[in-house]
Amino acid sequence: MDENLLLDAIERYRSGQMDEAEKLFFEELRKNNADIDQVVSEHSFFLDQLENLSEQKSFRQNLKGVENKLRGEGVFSENDGQRKSKVVYLWNRYRRTIAVAAAIAGLISFTTATVISKYSENKKAAVITPLVDNKLNQFEHKLNQIEHKLNDATALPVKPKFEANFRATGFLADGSGYIITNAHVVQNAKNIIVENKKGDQFSAQPIYSNTVTDLAILKITDTAFKKVNGLPYTFPKTTAELAEPIFTLGYPREEVVYGEGYLSAKSGYYGDTASYQISISVNPGNSGGPVIDKDGEVIGIISSKETNADGVVFAIKSKNIYTALKEIKKDKDITIKLPTVNSLRDLDRVKQIKKLEDFVFKVKGN
Amino acid sequence: MLTGLAANDTNAIETIYRENFATIRSFIIKNNGFPDDAYDIFQEAMIVLFEKAKSGSFNLSCQLQTYLYSICRRLWLKKLQKQNRYNPSIETIEEIVPVEDEMELHEKKDKDFLLMEGALKKIGEPCKSLLEAFYMEKKSMPEIASAFGYTNADNAKTQKYKCLVRLKKLFFAQYKNKE
Repeated sequence: MDENLLLDAIERYRSGQMDEAEKLFFEELRKNNADIDQVVSEHSFFLDQLENLSEQKSFRQNLKGVENKLRGEGVFSENDGQRKSKVVYLWNRYRRTIAVAAAIAGLISFTTATVISKYSENKKAAVITPLVDNKLNQFEHKLNQIEHKLNDATALPVKPKFEANFRATGFLADGSGYIITNAHVVQNAKNIIVENKKGDQFSAQPIYSNTVTDLAILKITDTAFKKVNGLPYTFPKTTAELAEPIFTLGYPREEVVYGEGYLSAKSGYYGDTASYQISISVNPGNSGGPVIDKDGEVIGIISSKETNADGVVFAIKSKNIYTALKEIKKDKDITIKLPTVNSLRDLDRVKQIKKLEDFVFKVKGN
Repeated sequence: MLTGLAANDTNAIETIYRENFATIRSFIIKNNGFPDDAYDIFQEAMIVLFEKAKSGSFNLSCQLQTYLYSICRRLWLKKLQKQNRYNPSIETIEEIVPVEDEMELHEKKDKDFLLMEGALKKIGEPCKSLLEAFYMEKKSMPEIASAFGYTNADNAKTQKYKCLVRLKKLFFAQYKNKE
């Protein structure tokens, strides 16, 4: 008997796809041929292992999702417990070391203080640039037009024809059509259009825009937009840690672009505590893109970069989103439900991106 | 609840978390641990419970809380020992039940899983993705054929068998080494 055929038969036997006659024949065969019986039990054991592994994997993922959700809700009074115990614990262990270290640190800070203050004077000249791409060039316009024509020819919904003069990034906060982006992206826009990976375009309107935090929330007003489910990321309320690896997806080009980097400071421009400094390569158009950590938590939103320095990018902390949602609830009585289950944990990056792509939008307008 | 757990039901998991995690957390923190350790340990314990629940032959002879507590306690002791942080005066205020069998089974299973995962890593692409798509994500052969760019389902099937045979060889080679 061909081995493949035998393996196939075993799999069908296990999953109950055989009819009675075949089953009998198969069992008979097993009984009469010790070699085949050996293969069957070996293969069954092997498949059991494989299936158990896969079940455990999905269970683990489910667990993490629940854990994240509960952590997000603060069910277990995370903060005080963590602080206290960690401090007490570390204090008991390292009491003596700390004393010595403190003395040394005192000395060092004394000597370096002068040096640093000198640097910061220069820094005042630095300017920050928002990362919206205002100069969509002629060529891209042409391309867009052609694309529009093609789309119009094939797709049913009528798309507004208009020439965009800026392009940035946004991502869904709620599958019913709420998109997070930057305030500076949309502040002067008359018309806003969001476009998903497939190229479907929907008109949208800002329902919230805060120029201080630079956070804006758009609502997709297009009737062609269908509610989407299964947003894979969550939004932590806590501050992310230094050096945490991060990545982003955005539209510095017409095509979605992936970039990765790390968290370089817990505060933003001029010590702005509402944002982070991150090191990542971004370009005009990346504005409004999500900053995601390895576990698939959106820790921030890309907003601007320092013009005179390379790789100094600022991102709004995700907890600002919660404040924004509260204000929206108060002012407009709209409830936006952030996703609570994270399904990106423990996936490799390629798979994470695959899951994410559908929820990151191009934001265009004029 | 345990049936729900065996079926990987999110609600069941959430209920168990809500009802039991706080106790485990305070136990871990009282015994030299960080809250993050508590999350890790609890997760491991949930997996032990999951395996038990799935096996079908599981009759809980005590309260779920006690059972989970006992497992977490064992797991935590083990972890402390591993890190040379063993604390002889480990606090036990709650009632505990013996869970030695579970632990042993769990460890053996863990080892087997590591073997399988190792073997999966070794066979390389596209075999790994192909097998994962079929056996883990339970995709159908025509779906796989189109996703991986095979001309038809039969072609994909042949590929899958080739991969499977390779994986099996790798797995059993290591498995027999370990025995």
